[in-house]
Amino acid sequence: MAVREFDRRKFLLAGAAAGTTAAAVVFHDGELGAPPETITGGMPWAEGAADSPPGADTGTGYVYLTAAEAAFVEAAVDRLIPADPVGPGAVEAGVPTFIDRQLAGTYGRGDHYFLGGPWPAGVQEQGYQSRFSPAQLYRAAVPAVDRYVAGKFKSATFAALSAADRDTVLKGMESGDVHLDGGVNAKSFFAMLLQNTKEGYFSDPMYGGNRDMAAWKMIGFPGARYNYKEWVTRHGERFPNPPVGFKGRPAWKA
Amino acid sequence: MTTLKSVDVVLVGFGWTGAIMGQQFVDQGLSVLALERGPWRDTSTDFATTFAQDELRYMWRHHLFQNVADDTLTIRNNTRQQALPMRRLGSFLLGTGVGSGGVHWNGQIWRFLPTDFQTKSHNQARYGKQAVTDYDLTVQDWGITYDELEPHYDTFDRLCGTSGKAGNLRGKIQPGGNPFEGARSNEYPTPPMVQTYGPTLFGEAAASLGHKPFPHPTGNLSQPYTNPLGAQLGECTYCGFCEKFGCGNYSKASPQTTVLPYLMSKPNFMLKTECEVLRVELAPDKKIATGVTYVNSAGEEFFQPAKIVILSAYILQNVRLLLLSGIGKPYDPATGEGVVGRNYAYQTMSSVNVFFDDKIINPFIGAGAMATVIDEYNGDNFDHGGLGFIGGAYIAGMVTGGRPIEMIYTPKGTPAWGLEWKHAAAKNYLKSFSISVHGSNMSNRGNYLDLDPTYRDVHGRPMLRMTFDFTDNDFKMSNYLTDRASEVARAMGPREIKENRRKGSWNVTPYQTTHNTGGAIMGDDPNTSVVNKYLQTWDVHNVFSMGAGAFPQNAGYNPTATLAALAFHSASAIISQYLKAPGPMVQA
Repeated sequence: MAVREFDRRKFLLAGAAAGTTAAAVVFHDGELGAPPETITGGMPWAEGAADSPPGADTGTGYVYLTAAEAAFVEAAVDRLIPADPVGPGAVEAGVPTFIDRQLAGTYGRGDHYFLGGPWPAGVQEQGYQSRFSPAQLYRAAVPAVDRYVAGKFKSATFAALSAADRDTVLKGMESGDVHLDGGVNAKSFFAMLLQNTKEGYFSDPMYGGNRDMAAWKMIGFPGARYNYKEWVTRHGERFPNPPVGFKGRPAWKA
Repeated sequence: MTTLKSVDVVLVGFGWTGAIMGQQFVDQGLSVLALERGPWRDTSTDFATTFAQDELRYMWRHHLFQNVADDTLTIRNNTRQQALPMRRLGSFLLGTGVGSGGVHWNGQIWRFLPTDFQTKSHNQARYGKQAVTDYDLTVQDWGITYDELEPHYDTFDRLCGTSGKAGNLRGKIQPGGNPFEGARSNEYPTPPMVQTYGPTLFGEAAASLGHKPFPHPTGNLSQPYTNPLGAQLGECTYCGFCEKFGCGNYSKASPQTTVLPYLMSKPNFMLKTECEVLRVELAPDKKIATGVTYVNSAGEEFFQPAKIVILSAYILQNVRLLLLSGIGKPYDPATGEGVVGRNYAYQTMSSVNVFFDDKIINPFIGAGAMATVIDEYNGDNFDHGGLGFIGGAYIAGMVTGGRPIEMIYTPKGTPAWGLEWKHAAAKNYLKSFSISVHGSNMSNRGNYLDLDPTYRDVHGRPMLRMTFDFTDNDFKMSNYLTDRASEVARAMGPREIKENRRKGSWNVTPYQTTHNTGGAIMGDDPNTSVVNKYLQTWDVHNVFSMGAGAFPQNAGYNPTATLAALAFHSASAIISQYLKAPGPMVQA
């Protein structure tokens, strides 16, 4: 029988229960740390103590993004992954909701970023070098992009630009040709926005994006399955089963 | 600060090497305490098959990895730059928690070639002195031979239940295995995995070119297996979530599935989680360690006295602890003097993507070591005469999985976003895969680890500073090997291929591999190594430094089996020699 100084799992479960109404409150090992414990005489194991995934509030409305930020995100991700008959666009797939919930949570707070100073710009090879957490970067970048747009185009905001002009601005940010004020590195912000867009497009629908698993259906990824044993030697055959997520799939809900 | 009751052995870090050393010493009746800075993790509750396949949580939100918010390292390509913090994990993904990297590895199990242990003397003998002096290479011999290590490789295979086919059984070349490998004393414990479509196509193409393809040896098990400690492993279900993920199916060899159920039941073993060692404490004469000082996640500091200190953390932490504790002379690249931090090396990776029109690969059916491999161009398996480099790579038609955020391949010239990208993703996801070129990295005078003068961690300690870039030796090797991979790719008759060559300076952002090596290297001379062949530090005889930090340079293989074999070798010497007569086991 394991002797433990502190039962971390009971603590975590209590924390999770207390936070059930607020989607952004998520207790994770390695994200917020856990109290120390001493384990001897066996494997510590408690019934029902699974370190299960956090889930997210997939409802409507924005939790973190302001109206102006939401307009920017919707207008930008719509160009990063546009809709057409081949598959869903990022907006249809719920990517703005995904990004909003991510920014409202531990990721947005930069829980896995080192943000201490000093903060010289460095060279490209040194990667992300900013004092901003992801949520702070979005907050600083959106008005900076709008200021750039106001100076360059006859438009007050990025969201009001034509699709072609939005593409031009995004390409300029991607290449580093567009410079933003407010301490925002346009290239870094673009890289984060594109990464978050693809995350929201292809991650489990539990996180608010990939609505109806339409992005998985488009490419043929079957989702959170764990056993393909019977399929290993069926070389070249198309796997026939529809995708499944951690909460099942839409057809099961009827 | 509280002083605790002394133990025989304290383990600093509880991944593969900590678990191995703990098990070896507990069986001798010693009291063993492991200090792990991360949380407890076990298979059934932490990696359940109902939620293990979560690409966002594990790969992109770094759930199983070191949190760099508290402690990261600083990086630069050369000493002319100011090192800046790695603010987010990218190029490598550092483990934390019980099992550490042994939880989120792929399970790729390789032995280094016999000549890899004589990188300097062998290459000089065959190609002349300039073969290693060009490009300021500082490669060395290991001070140990393959034959000395072979029994320990074998022990690790039996611990893991490694699935594979021997190519060289006691000196006799076997069909179906790797004909270039060193002689093995035993066949693999379990047969190879069944190959999926992509690796099968690769194998057929490689054979048509005269190569000798074989199945990747793997800790993803092809069938159920009970190891010598009584731990039971299950058959792999090819779910495609190995690397960066924990296996909830007991199918991937890890400390959790192979050692912990045995070790944790022993009354003379104790584990403390969320406890980070700050430094090794030395007696006034600096010849012996008295124990370690650690801080727990509540911020309380303790002195833990111990007779033997085993540094079994990841290499970057081991090297940093040596530097912070004043064990061994720090390396200075300007003079070439000093040893701690010297010969840091990485892995030189490239790849070739293959795109078909008519073949459905189903990349989501995969496993961490699901691959068919050729080893014709690794190490010194081929004549390097006139090629201008030493080292090599294995080339693998590999399908580890098809996680869609990370692993969608699009043809050359496809933009990274927009309608064209979406169409390319939809068209190619099921019909493409990647050939991996897993290359060596030769140590160089300018690549090293030391303490950063500016940035500090949450405890106020200087961060580790990494100075690293690829050299012309690496670029030449990688280009030559990528050409060979492309030949096999074209022989598969695809619509098109895309070469992802190694270009430019090392960049911290895209994931490359977590195979960091060196900095606390082994050897037979205290002037050019930190530890002797038993991983015992030359300067403080009761401090032992485990792991890939001991590699004087990195071979063209994954490091885990070699670092595990070195741990078994060290434990064996400590038990048979050191416990009876504590002191240096090799006279300098």
